[in-house]
Amino acid sequence: MAGAKEIRGKIKSVQNTAKITKAMEMVAASKMRRAQDRMEAARPYADKIKAVVGHLANAHPEYRHPFLVERPAKRVGLIVITTDRGLCGGLNINLFKRVLNRLSDWQDNTIAFDVVTFGGKGLGFFKRLGANIVAEASHLGDRPEINDIIGPVQVLLKAYEAGEIDEIHLAYNDFVNTMTQQPEITRLVPVEPAEDDELKHYWDYIYEPDAKEVLDGLLNRYIESLVYKAVVENVACEMAARMIAMKSATDNAGELIKELQLIYNKERQAAITQEISEIVSGAAAV
Amino acid sequence: MAMTIHVDIVSAEEAIYSGPAEMVFAPAVMGEIGIAPRHTPLISPLKPGEVRLDLGGGKEEFFFISGGIIEVQPHVVTVLSDTAIRAKDLDEAAAMEAKKRAEAALEGQRSDLEIAKAKAELAAAAAQLAAIKKLKVKG
Repeated sequence: MAGAKEIRGKIKSVQNTAKITKAMEMVAASKMRRAQDRMEAARPYADKIKAVVGHLANAHPEYRHPFLVERPAKRVGLIVITTDRGLCGGLNINLFKRVLNRLSDWQDNTIAFDVVTFGGKGLGFFKRLGANIVAEASHLGDRPEINDIIGPVQVLLKAYEAGEIDEIHLAYNDFVNTMTQQPEITRLVPVEPAEDDELKHYWDYIYEPDAKEVLDGLLNRYIESLVYKAVVENVACEMAARMIAMKSATDNAGELIKELQLIYNKERQAAITQEISEIVSGAAAV
Repeated sequence: MAMTIHVDIVSAEEAIYSGPAEMVFAPAVMGEIGIAPRHTPLISPLKPGEVRLDLGGGKEEFFFISGGIIEVQPHVVTVLSDTAIRAKDLDEAAAMEAKKRAEAALEGQRSDLEIAKAKAELAAAAAQLAAIKKLKVKG
C-alpha cells in the first residue's frame, strides 16, 4: 500500500494548493472592484484636463510650449508600467513583448532610449536587459497616489525640456474588461491634442499671469494625470489577470485531484484483490 | 431665478463637486478672483487656499485646495485641484529621489528577481547532486 499512501499525500498537497489559489482569486476579485472604482474616480479630472489641453492646442496662444512642438527623435524616454508581484498570468510578459518590438524598431532607426519603470517586474526586466533606467518607483500598493507619480515623471520631463530626449512614450496595460487587458504604447510628449471640430473656434483664453506659466503647469499636470490613470488602470489589470489566472489554477487543481483520486481508488482495489487472492491461494495450498 | 454658472471641482484622484453656482471665488496666483456667469474665457494657476461658491439664497460652499488650475468659460468653471502640495523645489526633490532609487536598484544585486534566479539555480544543482549520488550507489 506504499503507492496508495503516496498518492494520498499528493492529493492532500494539491488540495492545499487549490485552497490557496481559490483564496487568491477571491482577494483579487474584490481588489479589482475597488481598483475599477478608483479608475472611475480619476476619470473626471483626466477628461477635464484633456478638454482644456485640447482647447489650448486649438486656440492660438502667442507662445508655443516645447511640449507641443515636434522635433526629430534621436533619443526617447519610455515609461513602463508593470506590477510589483507575479502570479497574474501573462500581463507583464505581453507588455514586455510589445515593448521589445518597439525597442527593436527604435534600434533599427538608431534611436536611443531611457527607461522609467513603475513596478518591480519592469525594474527587474530592464535591469537584465541592461537598459538605461533613469528613475523608478515600485511598491506603490493597491492605492497609488499622484504623489508617487510626480518624481519619476519629472525626471523625464526635465530631460525633455533640457533637450536630452525628444519624445516620451508610455507603455501600459489597457483595461478592456475583466477577461481582456490590452498592452498599449502611446506617445505622451509632444502632446497630440484630441481633434475636435467643436473646439476649432478662433478664440483664446486670458492667461494669468502669462501663457508660459499657465501652460507649463497645465501640461505637466496633464502628463502626470495620464501616467496616474495608467498606473491605476494597471492595478485593475493586475487584479483581473490574477483573478483569471487563479481561477484556472483552481480548476486545474480540481481536475488533478479527480485524476489522482481515480488512480488512488484503482490502487486500493488492486491491493484488496491481491490480498484476497493471496488468502484464497493460501487456503487452497493447505 | 438668478443666472448661474456650472462649477466642476475635480482632483486627479476623484471628483469633488459638480453643480451650479451664482458666483465663484478662487485664489488665483495674481490674487483672489471672483467669477460671475458669462465671464470671458480665462485660465490661471491657483494658490493653496479656499474656493468659495455662492450658491444663491445666502447659501455658500467652501473647498480647501492645495493649489491647481482654474479654467473659466462663459458657462462652465473647472477647478483642477492638486492633491499633492506642489512647488518647484519639491518636484525636483521628488525627481531626485526617483533617480536615486533607480541607481540604488541598479547597484544592489539583491533584487527579488536575482534571488529567484539564484534559487532556481540552487534547486537545479541540488537535483544534479542527488542524481549523481543515486548513480554512485547503483554503480
